[in-house]
Amino acid sequence: MNASAVSLGEIVEAAVESHRGKVGALLPVLHAIQDKLGHIPRDSVPFIARAMNLSRAEIHGVMNFYHDFRSEPGGEHTIQVCRAEACQAMGSRELELHARDRLGIDFGETTPDGLISLEPVYCLGNCACSPSIRINDDIHARVSAESFDELISRLEAED
Amino acid sequence: MAVRVYVPRDATACALGADEVAERIRDGAAGRGIDVEVIRNGSRGAFWLEPLVEVETDQGRMAFGPVAPIEVPGLFEAGFPGDADHRLSLGAVEGIDWLASQQRLTFARAGWTDPLSLEDYRDTGGFKGLERALQMEPQAIVDEIKESGLRGRGGAAFPTGIKWQTVLDTSADQKYIVCNADEGDSGTFADRLLMEADPYQLIEGMTIAGLAVGASEGYIYLRSEYPHCKSVLSDAIDRASQAGYLGENLCGSRNVFRIELRIGAGAYICGEETSLLDSLEGKRGLVRFKPPVPAVEGLMGKPTAVNNVLSLAAASTVLAQGAAFYRDFGTGRSRGTLTVQLAGNIKRGGLVEIPFGETLRELVEGYGGGTASGRPVRSIQVGGPLGTYLPESHWDVALDYEALAEIGGMLGHGGVVVFDDTVDMAQQARFAMEFCAVESCGKCTPCRVGSVRGVEVIDRVIAGQDREFNLEVLDDLCDTMIEGSLCAMGGLTPLPVRSAIMHFPEDFGD
Repeated sequence: MNASAVSLGEIVEAAVESHRGKVGALLPVLHAIQDKLGHIPRDSVPFIARAMNLSRAEIHGVMNFYHDFRSEPGGEHTIQVCRAEACQAMGSRELELHARDRLGIDFGETTPDGLISLEPVYCLGNCACSPSIRINDDIHARVSAESFDELISRLEAED
Repeated sequence: MAVRVYVPRDATACALGADEVAERIRDGAAGRGIDVEVIRNGSRGAFWLEPLVEVETDQGRMAFGPVAPIEVPGLFEAGFPGDADHRLSLGAVEGIDWLASQQRLTFARAGWTDPLSLEDYRDTGGFKGLERALQMEPQAIVDEIKESGLRGRGGAAFPTGIKWQTVLDTSADQKYIVCNADEGDSGTFADRLLMEADPYQLIEGMTIAGLAVGASEGYIYLRSEYPHCKSVLSDAIDRASQAGYLGENLCGSRNVFRIELRIGAGAYICGEETSLLDSLEGKRGLVRFKPPVPAVEGLMGKPTAVNNVLSLAAASTVLAQGAAFYRDFGTGRSRGTLTVQLAGNIKRGGLVEIPFGETLRELVEGYGGGTASGRPVRSIQVGGPLGTYLPESHWDVALDYEALAEIGGMLGHGGVVVFDDTVDMAQQARFAMEFCAVESCGKCTPCRVGSVRGVEVIDRVIAGQDREFNLEVLDDLCDTMIEGSLCAMGGLTPLPVRSAIMHFPEDFGD
């Protein structure tokens, strides 16, 4: 189901309804919208505000606080490269540079073809087999420049 | 009868190809007409051996590892899953010294069971603690936890029993149990491992906590960086609820306890308990002033026990086996077992659970086997990104809360990140400040702004610009952050920075 088939208002309404009665449901609601649309459109903020009886500023503030929430569409796939210490000890600084170079984008950006967004992450809990990256919900261990390229080629081939 | 083959479903095992290994074993067996049942167990935490494949035999479980997907055909050719003479054969899993020499208490079940099987959990002593707690008065449960000496495993090491006593003593129409599963420290994965390998132990521990303090609602606040864990936990909560271990009429009693899984959104600071509570309330995760402590005014202003995953899980052991059993495991004031995670540049990384008292060197050289790169170890960061960098002269310290505190360090959540001699400690100090700048909640100026200034000052030191002066400015800045920050983020960021400068001055142009 795409966004145009169902109005933004209905998507928000469904997300809010599924968490009705829960304590402090804003995070689950934002997650639900982002899971559905890939991002939380700015236009959805007034709908969320009305449905949850919050101010638009409050929602804006929460969206901005958390690294996960994005208000612009991301790529088809999201790649997170771990920047934390355990991965640093195994060469993640070089891997990070390689990833930017290979994809031709910086952290927080999406490839021009809309295929891949690159994000930093601070620990994936895979610290005994560093360096780690996450592609969507899959984590990859002991990633080298070569294995990174292979993983990217696979994503490009699927496209 | 089908041969039972175990392939872990743990995130690290999967990151090393365990899903594909499981698939290839099924296919390989089917192609050879061998009747195989593949069970996705939890990991034992010997991550250097993952994917660790085990075959159930009359002589116990026979292990093979690390089994990369491409090794599977070769294993079958060597006779797998029967007696296989293969270079990846490790013999009986109980014979693997790295595991056998540990004293598994909280992680006793990890790797043996199917994490989602309630039957496996019950067969291995599960729910015994809960059954006992259901027969006890709340005060008696709290007393048992106090007597056990259980201390918080999240980092602050606060006595769990005292926290629970406060919640029990505070009267309110609603109380909460909150499990802090926002394990954000680099170099730590013990919570993740436990939740993925033995989720019912956490569920049981939380339920015991609920009975102890009079709370009917519990939340697990899990970080979004743990997708595997999310899947295991939500299934486990569903199954436990269906089986009557959660919800109304708990185990046929009149008690009620529910658990809701909440997912964070990529903010390290939400591992700080008050920030976590704000996040649970649907707000920006800002750190709160204490007092009031959460045990008095926590979630939605109600008395709340906020505990780490391992602390809550340990509560089920304490109740099942008694306070004395748990207490007698420890040394000094550090009771129970020590959970250490060997990470970073380490040859045999993974989870080690042993009695307190072993030295850092014994762990890194013994269990860890030195660096993965084969180069000399130069620096070890203990206790996560806010922990001290220790040089070789400090590696003979015993790993317990007190001994580490004496040398200006902290055990924290037990993360041990090893760096070889290629590390640039000035860059590590810079990163500590950078991380603080990225993850500060912004409430306290010394943390929010000080960290940004910290990066700039370290950059000047690295560039050799007015070195002495800038080091003095940095030292001053560290004091300001320590004195003027509400929580550990701003207050402890100076630890890695200062220890790097103190112990590795040559990396700062000295």
